[in-house]
Amino acid sequence: MRHIISILMENEPGALSRVVGLFAQRNYNIETLNVAPTDDPTLSRLTVTTIGDDRVIEQITKHLNKLIDVVKLVDLTEGNHIERELMLVKVKALGAARDEVKRTADIFRAQIVDVTPSLYTVQITGDAGKLDAFLQAMAPVGVLEVARTGVSGIARGDKVLSL
Amino acid sequence: MELLSGADMIARFLQDEGVEYIYGYPGGAALHIYDALFRQDKVKHILVRHEQAATHAADGYARASGKPGVVLVTSGPGATNAVTGIATAYMDSIPMVVLCGQVMSHLIGDDAFQETDIIGVTRPIVKHSFSIRHPSEIPEVLKKAFYLASTGRPGPVVVDIPKDMTAPTERYEYVYPKKVKLRSYNPVTRGHTGQIKKAVELMLKAKRPVFYTGGGVVTGNASEALTDLVQRLGFPITTTLMGIGSYPQGDRQCLGWLGMHGSYESNMVMHHSDLVIAIGARFDDRVTNNTSKFCPTAKIIHVDIDPSSVSKTVRADVPIVGPAQGVINEMISLVQGKEIAHPEALAEWWEKIDGWREERHGKLYEPSQPGEQLKPQEVIEALYKATRGEAFITTDVGQHQMFAAQYYKFAKPNRFITSGGLGTMGFGFPAAMGIKLNYPDDQVICVTGEGSFQMMMQELSTCKQYGVGVKIVNLNNASLGMVRQWQDLNYKSRHAHSYMESLPDFQKLIESYGFTALRVETKEELESALERTFADKDELVFLDVYVDPREHVYPMQVPLGSMRDMLLSKTERT
Repeated sequence: MRHIISILMENEPGALSRVVGLFAQRNYNIETLNVAPTDDPTLSRLTVTTIGDDRVIEQITKHLNKLIDVVKLVDLTEGNHIERELMLVKVKALGAARDEVKRTADIFRAQIVDVTPSLYTVQITGDAGKLDAFLQAMAPVGVLEVARTGVSGIARGDKVLSL
Repeated sequence: MELLSGADMIARFLQDEGVEYIYGYPGGAALHIYDALFRQDKVKHILVRHEQAATHAADGYARASGKPGVVLVTSGPGATNAVTGIATAYMDSIPMVVLCGQVMSHLIGDDAFQETDIIGVTRPIVKHSFSIRHPSEIPEVLKKAFYLASTGRPGPVVVDIPKDMTAPTERYEYVYPKKVKLRSYNPVTRGHTGQIKKAVELMLKAKRPVFYTGGGVVTGNASEALTDLVQRLGFPITTTLMGIGSYPQGDRQCLGWLGMHGSYESNMVMHHSDLVIAIGARFDDRVTNNTSKFCPTAKIIHVDIDPSSVSKTVRADVPIVGPAQGVINEMISLVQGKEIAHPEALAEWWEKIDGWREERHGKLYEPSQPGEQLKPQEVIEALYKATRGEAFITTDVGQHQMFAAQYYKFAKPNRFITSGGLGTMGFGFPAAMGIKLNYPDDQVICVTGEGSFQMMMQELSTCKQYGVGVKIVNLNNASLGMVRQWQDLNYKSRHAHSYMESLPDFQKLIESYGFTALRVETKEELESALERTFADKDELVFLDVYVDPREHVYPMQVPLGSMRDMLLSKTERT
């Protein structure tokens, strides 16, 4: 099963390589990864999506918790949560396709953020499924380049991941 | 307020931390630190002949004393040579602090002379690592390194120190930090009371229980508590290789150790038990054999300080995360005044166990006949008698290691010093050196083989320099015995590179360092040689004992089988 694990860790050199190294060393897989400092500049938030059965996920969270740089973590998929990813995609926009791209972008509530005579750069946010669906819809027109941030997420409701 | 250079801070910190010996080897990037050590006389530096030996010596000391061993090496090859020793300590959860010189900060990343990213190289084999970014942080970082290395589940910590951080010209305020806090590191201090209650209920109701305890009991200083609990309950106990001595081996309740080459009765008891009480052990593959066939009828209680050890390879029915000593003491207070529910079942269980014991009694190996080559097992038995079981025994890796574990009986923990997890050849001799320096009044014996010994024999020179009187018992079968055994069993005795046709004359070699070496080929020679060896505890003596190369280590678990599937000799199996 796919899990989204969010980690608060020390904003220190080497911390990221320890987290990523752990996945490689113990043969766990990383589907997506994103990381940035939080409102507290001493802390970074890292979100990783990974796939594994319950036993593997339990080991992943235990080993992550064991890393000295990891302060706190949560498996967002254990409860209700909001999952978002941002994608920038360059698609061909020539002739009739130019209108089609605009219409599809509207349907997906995406925005066209850059324009040239032959292509559009579209920005879209949503969960990974929505982004995949948009790419599928654009495939006949011609997708030229894709940049995805990887999944970020947060729990719904009053639950807060902080110190 | 005291102003010190980075290098002087390191020397002063080691003094304040109460470090008596450090083991190391100088080089460019570490020279400021070496100069600081030279200008003081509290911390003694032992100059090894290879950095791997420095880590093993520090490791040996740590295993014997429970305190972190300290290593100092230079950048690049100095640090990479230490890697095997760091990995050895990591696999066995041994506290160690490794200080590595590094090229100057502004050169890092330029492929400078003797530059290696040692933080990167060691990342998977350390508990944590630090890189010094400003000289003023040295005292706090070092304190954190010692704190992390020695608390929770212990392990090695690497501190990378660029040369400019120790420059003698720049001075900063030095205060010894008595305490440090890391917001992300809070090792558990006690087990969950509800879980402990649940475990004790199962223990009292068990019909065929067994304790299976490991190195965590030794590092957790829990041997006394464990012995108390096991004796109160009257259950059998088997330990891992790392747990040897944590319960007195001569006691009736002790079945020896378990696993690949563990005792017949240990493996039989584990397989047939209905309750396995695992404490400070990690269900390693050399113990469990095939996990899908492991202890088919048993419920499993697993006590460990490291949550990631619990249910890693074998699912625990009652997981308890906590320090061994605290958890065992809590178990004792819950057991106190209570009776076990099925005393008759336990008596029956013991009858069965005694039956298994009886089955193999006197059949463990065939002693040599007069005129035949000595058997390695009888050498260890003679060694045990000659030292009355009171020595520190270090080993290298292979057949001699298993024979030492099988035939030397340990009454105390921290006495059997062996590389269990990583299985590092070359470990034994430098480890013995580290122990002997700190325990000069004890007999410290390295049981080794001619293969392993040659991996670290350059340390004879170190022993000469510091007058380290370790004893070396070389079980010389002129072959890599364990490799040869596997080749006999699995490769139709095709001995690919497992024999040595070019052994040195060990006697001459040892004598060239000014030490005594004795060649032993018969039982009579063995007895007098042992007497001679232990006559003076300050003298290094090398016993070159020629033993039968055809001998195999038994029992031996059958690959992919359950715990009870064992070869018992060249012709018998379960």
